[in-house]
Amino acid sequence: MREITYAEAVREGLSQRMREDSDVFVLGEDIGVYGGAFGVTRGMIEEFGPERIRNTPISEAAITGAAVGAALTGMKPVLELQFSDFITIAMDQLVNQAAKVRYMYGGKGHVPMVVRTPSGSGTGAAAQHSQSLEAWVAHIPGLKVVQPSTAYDAKGLLKAAMEDPNPVIFYEHKVLYKSKSDVPEEEYTIPLGKADVKKEGTDVTIIATAIMVHKALEAAEELEKRGISVEVVDPRTLVPLDEETIIASVSKTGRVIIVHEAVKRGGFGGEIAGVIAESEAFDYLDAPIRRLGALPIPVPYNPVLEKAMIPQVEDIIKAVEETMRGA
Amino acid sequence: MAEKTLKNIEEQFEMFQILNEEGKIVNKDALPDLSDEELQELMRRMVYTRIWDQRAISLNRQGRLGFYAPVAGQEASMLGSQFSLDKEDWILPGYRDIPQMVWHGMSLHQAFLFSRGHFKGGQMAEGLNLVMPQIIIGAQIIQTAGVALGLKRRGKDNVAITYTGDGGASQGDFYEGMNFAGAYKAPAIFVVQNNYFAISVPVEEQSAAKTIAQKAVAAGINGIQVDGMDVLAVYAATKEARKNALEGTPTLIETLTYRYGPHTMAGDDPTRYRTSELDSEWEKKDPIVRFRKYLESKKLWSEEEENKVVEKAKEEIKAAIKETDEVAPQKVTDLIGNMFEELPVNLQQQMDEYKEKESK
Ligand SMILES: Cc1ncc(C[n+]2csc(CCOP(=O)(O)OP(=O)(O)O)c2C)c(N)n1
Ligand SMILES: [Mg+2]
Repeated sequence: MREITYAEAVREGLSQRMREDSDVFVLGEDIGVYGGAFGVTRGMIEEFGPERIRNTPISEAAITGAAVGAALTGMKPVLELQFSDFITIAMDQLVNQAAKVRYMYGGKGHVPMVVRTPSGSGTGAAAQHSQSLEAWVAHIPGLKVVQPSTAYDAKGLLKAAMEDPNPVIFYEHKVLYKSKSDVPEEEYTIPLGKADVKKEGTDVTIIATAIMVHKALEAAEELEKRGISVEVVDPRTLVPLDEETIIASVSKTGRVIIVHEAVKRGGFGGEIAGVIAESEAFDYLDAPIRRLGALPIPVPYNPVLEKAMIPQVEDIIKAVEETMRGA
Repeated sequence: MAEKTLKNIEEQFEMFQILNEEGKIVNKDALPDLSDEELQELMRRMVYTRIWDQRAISLNRQGRLGFYAPVAGQEASMLGSQFSLDKEDWILPGYRDIPQMVWHGMSLHQAFLFSRGHFKGGQMAEGLNLVMPQIIIGAQIIQTAGVALGLKRRGKDNVAITYTGDGGASQGDFYEGMNFAGAYKAPAIFVVQNNYFAISVPVEEQSAAKTIAQKAVAAGINGIQVDGMDVLAVYAATKEARKNALEGTPTLIETLTYRYGPHTMAGDDPTRYRTSELDSEWEKKDPIVRFRKYLESKKLWSEEEENKVVEKAKEEIKAAIKETDEVAPQKVTDLIGNMFEELPVNLQQQMDEYKEKESK
């Protein structure tokens, strides 16, 4: 199999779908000749033309609302919000509109749209361009939320998201865009709501999302040398959440650390911890559930402080060792 | 009928110009009442800012400066408008509008701290009515209506002026801000610096409107399109807008201008979306070149004068960078400490934890 980057995997998945289904079109800021802020749509306007790769005015509310409207006519818009922080401006259209359409039409309304948007820190983009706000949308009934961590997952999950008749928020991670993995050339689907055990282990479970999956794997490698066998579970989609895989893993290991890049307070890790605590896995716990997340401050511009704010490999190692000691 | 209305409106918005590309006065009646010293000062500021822009770009490339959005080409639009303000007027800038802040009284040193993301870059000196440069397109425009309302309620003879780009004029906040200010008869000025591109998207792809200035009509406020490469026209238009603002009518000013450089220093390559023909077309309209010609014809400017400004700018920039390098790096405890007036208990615990880490 060949290796491609995460950004290429998104582009490939999107392009393949667009070749098959003329109802799919993309809209977003600077996605034309510029190729999008992170180059994901580079070359696509040349293939699909400006009607299907639509540069938009700077109007996140309108991009999202227009997608809702177009979806009502049977189109399948994929919109790119240039930075996921700007979802704040699109929030009414997502929360009060897109999420409610099917329900308020008695199950007869459809908004098959995908919101692709880069999130996360690590690029020195500061407080208003580096956030991880996925917990906001995960809270809203009617929205599905996806967070791929590898190129392989990105392509398969994107296909599922595009084929899903409901609005899906698809969080891409800025720092992962350049990361590579084996990706089949042909199309394939990874169903939404299927977690992936990225590494099997027996002593402790780390549940990690997006970029934290990689940090967890790195930590696991080091911990392995210290005699601790770590299982790394990547939920891949927050909504729907694969509770079964999480509960099974924690029941097996009896110890769990949940890691995400988002601010810990109110982050999705709390939901995962809740799911575990309410399940039979609780009876198997040999140590308290541990959560790692960012400090409750805006993302600093300064690269040293930016790192200090979010969990790093060493923090994960430390948390695992403490959990192993039962602390 | 409806077609005619639109046509009528569009025809009203002709570009206002005083000084043409050759540095000749083409609109004598509109010539602002500026003393020779003031004219020279305007020129000094533009030359200084051009040098600063060049230095900032190279400092950024050396990794000695952080975020920077180049300004060359837009000096007349930026500085001509700021020059018409009163010291106590409020400025709500966008990310590119650092020159207006500096000429309003912020130090270069502080501008550099802002560029480096140091929290001290945001600490405005007492009496300096500057809002932090806005990075979320459009947010400053509504806030301007609010600042103007506040100034009016407090009985101040001051205005709030805000800046955005052609791209910003697509944001809902832009319309809402103008409408609010109009409804409240608040002393506001909205400047749209139309440099024809929102990153890569050309202005004709952003709106069907022939001018951005005409968008004022729907809000019931004044609107004018100005040659943004003509510092006298920008000054005169803003001066009048200021007077009208204080009398209860806000104005939307569209300045036609161009950014010579990349969108920001974070990896933009303008050749992907602009032609070199377009670049050179605009360079012919250069604001400094034409104003220099005008001043020289009035015997108010010389090469010697210009060299002096260039040297002064270089020296001051060097000193400001040095001063910036000497500022203590920020710590996690600084960031936590800046979150609330009084730290909530759990943040206090975190603060103590980090204090201990940092003391090691
Ligand atoms: C709400 C929001 N959407 C998108 C962006 C990303 N962005 C930053 S600058 C820019 C283009 C702005 O163009 P314009 O308003 O014309 O100003 P210029 O940069 O040309 O001065 C875009 C899309 C942003 N910062 N905020
Ligand atoms: Mg612009």
